[in-house]
Amino acid sequence: MTGLPRVITRHWGDESVIPLDGYVAAGGHRGLRKALEMAPDDVIALVKAAGLRGRGGAGFPTGMKWSFVPQDTGKPTYVVVNFDESEPGTANNRELVEREPHQLLEGAVITALAVRCETVFVYCRGEFLWPGTVLARAIAEAYGAGYLGADVLGSGRRVDVVMHRGAGSYICGEETALLSSLEGFRGQPRLRPPFPAVEGLYSAPTVINNVETLCNVPHILSEGAEAFRATGTEKSPGTKMFTLSGKVERPGNYELPMGTPFRVLLEECGGGVLGGKGLKAWTPGGSSTPMLTAEHMNVGLDFESIAEVGSMLGTGAVMVLDETDCVVEVARRLTEFYAHESCGKCTPCREGTWWATRVLGRIEEGYGREEDIPLMGEMGRNILFRSFCALADGAVSPISSTLKHFQAEYEAHVREGRCPVTGVGPGKAPLEGVASS
Amino acid sequence: MAVFEGATLAEARAIVARYPAGRERSSVMPLLYLGQSIEGRVTREALREVAELLGLTTAEIESVASFYTMIRLRPTGTHVVTVCTNLACALRGAKDVYEAAHRASDIPHGAELSEDGVISLHEEECMGACERAPVVAIDFAYHDEISPARVTELIQALRRGEVPAPSRGTAPRDFRHASRVLAGLEGDPA
Repeated sequence: MTGLPRVITRHWGDESVIPLDGYVAAGGHRGLRKALEMAPDDVIALVKAAGLRGRGGAGFPTGMKWSFVPQDTGKPTYVVVNFDESEPGTANNRELVEREPHQLLEGAVITALAVRCETVFVYCRGEFLWPGTVLARAIAEAYGAGYLGADVLGSGRRVDVVMHRGAGSYICGEETALLSSLEGFRGQPRLRPPFPAVEGLYSAPTVINNVETLCNVPHILSEGAEAFRATGTEKSPGTKMFTLSGKVERPGNYELPMGTPFRVLLEECGGGVLGGKGLKAWTPGGSSTPMLTAEHMNVGLDFESIAEVGSMLGTGAVMVLDETDCVVEVARRLTEFYAHESCGKCTPCREGTWWATRVLGRIEEGYGREEDIPLMGEMGRNILFRSFCALADGAVSPISSTLKHFQAEYEAHVREGRCPVTGVGPGKAPLEGVASS
Repeated sequence: MAVFEGATLAEARAIVARYPAGRERSSVMPLLYLGQSIEGRVTREALREVAELLGLTTAEIESVASFYTMIRLRPTGTHVVTVCTNLACALRGAKDVYEAAHRASDIPHGAELSEDGVISLHEEECMGACERAPVVAIDFAYHDEISPARVTELIQALRRGEVPAPSRGTAPRDFRHASRVLAGLEGDPA
């Protein structure tokens, strides 16, 4: 399609799952064999040298995360695979597992070897019934062929993998909430420090990595740090998965080198905006990342370039709005998501997101008041950075970024009593009592 | 025990044994799924028995069960149908799909369960298949790029006692069977 290099999707062909023998025939498990010949610290050094950064949103250097694991605690060390993909717009971990589950398992086993861990837990999103089944079958296959178990490929090293299915909660993708959930509690986040690397699962040292991150690890081992760095930018090496959805001709999961301009993703991969309409706005990395606009067509899709224009690369979930979409409706729907998924621990998030849906709703329906627009800004300021975890911060993004780029559209809703884009709304002053409901 | 008895009790003990000694509490969710696979939802009795199995209080188990939307504490249909209406699906017409599903299911206004007890229907948050929007899940088996007409056909099939094939993989027979897969007892839904 674009002719650009691909790493973790290079074997993607038809729809079917790549079985273990197919994976090995395509070069799979060379990274694991190499890792078994290396000292654990050398594996960490190699991943550090490659500059791999976490693909789950924060972009933290993976090798550095591994190096924080203390080896003298007398407790076991755990690796937890975060397969709780649920950031709105994000669907690439699902497809990575559905198509090539052994790539993820190989990455997880290499990680376990590097941090001297014998038990890997996979926290699989509950709704992912089929992807979880694909992975469970792959785990059974890997045990049968000696890639997992008490003696991985005759090395004397033990690595077990335990699947744990979630039960429908967005917040469990947050790493400390995930640990609470895996321990059998409500999925509520915990205070950091201590960080999971020091005190994670069962208060033991724990490395938590995202699926896409781990899928890159086998390739770093088999091909080396230089080869990994040959793609992408200096500070964001390698490729990134992008889930392109919404108003585009060809939605899909696309792997592109970090730093590829948004224009390439939208036009060459996605075939442009659906029906040839104009581009209005897009999320670079899921609903929690501030929206960008048609002004940002040439922005590079990497951690630094997206930060420079005031947003975040996040999970690489690009949702596209066209010129006929109402941004107030979009902000209201996304805010409903955060209100629904707030775990309830912190008041600014639990109450603030709910009130924001009410105010956005009345603006959308044509009952907004002039003071609602500054009120939205104030609510955002009272939620942002005032809660325990990043869910609350993410909840502010759709509101603050649509206000920033489309304030005139909010004002027109209030002034005209209807949506200026879709024409929907009563278009007249509300009856006494209605607006205050 | 009334819910976890016989072969089910043995399965419950095997679930508990998946986790390290002293960390048995980790098995709360799969045990709740196991209870759900027997009764079609999680009853008070199941909560009490999970507590007994783990040496915890019923309140502690309920605190977990009530947090997670896939653990169903209220009456539930033979099939659980969910329509994603989050942004990626909404931009491709999910609201109309949901409304068509609601009409086809014969669910009273404001309710979630159909009168014949076959279908529990609700709007769902992002299900992680955004590139195939709008997405509908039947007992967590995904159906891609669904139109209002297609969701009507899917629901009519369920009401005739059929289980439509999902877009990828195989479908569980019903919500109870899906719960059994979620408990980790069957790698293969088919």
